[in-house]
Amino acid sequence: MSSWWRSVEPAPKDPILGVTEAFLADPSPDKVNVGVGAYRDDNGKPVVLECVREAERRIAGNLKMEYLPMGGSVNMVQETLKLAYGENSEFIKDKRIAAVQSLSGTGACRLFADFQKRFRPDSQIYIPVPTWANHHNIWRDAQVPQRSYHYYLPETRGLDFAALMDDVKNAPDGSFFLLHACAHNPTGVDPTEVQWREISYQFKVKGHFAFFDMAYQGFASGDPERDAKSIRIFLNDGHFIGISQSYAKNMGLYGQRVGCLSVLCEDEKQAVAVKSQLQQLARRMYSNPPLHGALIVSTILGDPDLKKLWLKEVKVMADRIIGMRTALRESLEKRGSTLSWRHITDQIGMFCYSGLTPEQVDRLTNEYHIYMTRNGRISMAGVTTGNVGYLANAIHEVTKSA
Amino acid sequence: MESQGSCSVFDHVVRAPEDPILGVTVAYNKDQSPIKLNLGVGAYRTEEGKPLVLNVVRQAEQTLVNDKSRVKEYLPIVGLAEFNKQSAKLIFGSDSPAIQENRVTTVQCLSGTGSLRVGGEFLAWHYLERTIYIPVPTWGNHPKVFTLAGLSVKTYRYYDPATRGLDFQGMLEDLNSAPAGAIVLLHACAHNPTGVDPTLEQWEQIRQLIRLKGLLPFFDSAYQGFASGSLDSDAQSVRIFVADGGECLVAQSYAKNMGLYGERVGALSIVCKNADVAGRVESQLKLVIRPMYSNPPIHGASIVAMILRDRDMYNEWTIELKGMADRIISMRHQLFEALLARGTPGDWSHIIKQIGMFTFTGLNSEQVAFMTREYHIYMTSDGRISMAGLSSTTVPHLADAIHAAVTRVA
Repeated sequence: MSSWWRSVEPAPKDPILGVTEAFLADPSPDKVNVGVGAYRDDNGKPVVLECVREAERRIAGNLKMEYLPMGGSVNMVQETLKLAYGENSEFIKDKRIAAVQSLSGTGACRLFADFQKRFRPDSQIYIPVPTWANHHNIWRDAQVPQRSYHYYLPETRGLDFAALMDDVKNAPDGSFFLLHACAHNPTGVDPTEVQWREISYQFKVKGHFAFFDMAYQGFASGDPERDAKSIRIFLNDGHFIGISQSYAKNMGLYGQRVGCLSVLCEDEKQAVAVKSQLQQLARRMYSNPPLHGALIVSTILGDPDLKKLWLKEVKVMADRIIGMRTALRESLEKRGSTLSWRHITDQIGMFCYSGLTPEQVDRLTNEYHIYMTRNGRISMAGVTTGNVGYLANAIHEVTKSA
Repeated sequence: MESQGSCSVFDHVVRAPEDPILGVTVAYNKDQSPIKLNLGVGAYRTEEGKPLVLNVVRQAEQTLVNDKSRVKEYLPIVGLAEFNKQSAKLIFGSDSPAIQENRVTTVQCLSGTGSLRVGGEFLAWHYLERTIYIPVPTWGNHPKVFTLAGLSVKTYRYYDPATRGLDFQGMLEDLNSAPAGAIVLLHACAHNPTGVDPTLEQWEQIRQLIRLKGLLPFFDSAYQGFASGSLDSDAQSVRIFVADGGECLVAQSYAKNMGLYGERVGALSIVCKNADVAGRVESQLKLVIRPMYSNPPIHGASIVAMILRDRDMYNEWTIELKGMADRIISMRHQLFEALLARGTPGDWSHIIKQIGMFTFTGLNSEQVAFMTREYHIYMTSDGRISMAGLSSTTVPHLADAIHAAVTRVA
């Protein structure tokens, strides 16, 4: 009898995670990984935050490993909502937010997509072009049809605001939109505050639903409050939004898979109903979320000293990235590149959308052992004072004939 | 400020009913009575009624926390490699030819639930048959997990209320009439909720029938080591299937046998005909996982991997595991004797015949409600009790409650 799986095709490698696999396999001593968006210090090493180490010391040995409720750690969720909605948010006080602990940002988006499919089965999701590749996979597997809206303008390497607003206006009333709250991935291009206000206003006119993916709060400007500005504008304008939050980057908890999905409702009763349905979806996927990472988060955010330490450490990470943006741009300009590289410092967050073509990226990899995704996205976290010159030189070499 | 449309787009969402199993603990926690008993969810408790973190788990945790070289990077989509390797060895046996021939793909998942869901979704995407047969009764979450995975759920007879044992004939008949290729969910040991397992001879007959009909077995192994106290004995059902060279899926959980409940540690293995197929299957499993949660949580898997590969820790684990299994078996005997002593009407021998964490008492939902009301005993309405929640001091209270329920409520 032959295998049931004879007809199973080999799946294509994940475009983002596949980059690191290739990097690891490369024996060259000069290799540089500016692929996956995980923070590195100036020595190119992964970082475990001091506040996290301290939290783990406190947790180890005291822990019971019982199941969390389906909605996860209540403490952790409460602290997380404060970050997004504001420390003294009336919505938290009035218990109007349906919120559950999720498997980092991916899990939050997926839970929302499943929830959207179940309760608004006729809806679609408008996704910016470009976006994090996995967004497409998530809503596809949730079987929610996708539409796109203009976002990035290659000519300016900035926001295509006019086209974005056209798409918002032309979408049917009451459409669902995926928005990156800050530090857009992969472009690093964010709307200005003024632009966010206009977007929010138009959303009100059209009755659109805004779902924010906030994976980089604190990482963009170094100030979590500032990075939540877009969300606060929408809340102020009275929108009932949804938010996916992740601690992968801003607390360096990548592999712990800690995040939160929240949906703002009209009142407490509705929030209870929505939360109960989100829990049902979680129950069918993994029953209840993992404990360890949630405890780290609630230990840190629940202790004023640890929280202060965390805010300091987040700012250090953000500042280093901002410093590397400046260094890379100056390095390129110093080498006499005639192209404009101001987008490197205009863009914000972990990624720089360099404007490099796939062919140029291939050259960087094959000739210089520099690894990045083929859309030209550079993870600035992978740039160090030690490799910025090498990187600038290589980019200059592959672009100077462009 | 006027809100958009003045109405939420989710205005019509109604509150979901409490999960019947997890809801039991919610109700228990609300009860103010000083004498109350939680026999709902299957989480192990010590004789003192406390949750237990195994010594060997504590050791592993301390080692992890003290290891400054550890970082918190993303695991690969398929999870921690060492964990996957050790998990496969645990369930299939370290000398398993399927492992040696590289035709097993194992991916780390979120405990048993996550393994079932990922396996179910993989089948819905890539398998020719979209029907899964589940036993009656089964864990309440099974049909829901598979339905959301995209499979359609049918049932096969399993439990015989008259004997409180296995309806073997009914099971064989129903499997026999399943369409070729249909998926069959099998509890590897310690069937949940009934505690009724086939004998090894019966497993052999089930295996022959499944292979004859070309059905695809999907094992749920949530209690390896907990049923008999022996990891190898509890894996026999799976191993006889793998030994015949055929294909199967296995969902493993470390929630109970390593006490890692909240850390969500488990593994999905797919045994394929050959290594090439296994490789392709693994690549497709990644496409199921990535849009669900990208990659699995690292903490619990690191603990398990450490314990499984260190010989001393492994041995210590088997001793602690046997301790838990033995305590449960002892509770079975104590409850049985307590009911005998009270002269409670009926045959209660199923309490000592059934295996694993749960006893399917045979009490009906009115009797259960009575026991909750009058005796503050919390259990699922199907009459399932978690033996792990009992202790020598609480057995008499439960026996009193059962006696009262049986004699006073129809």
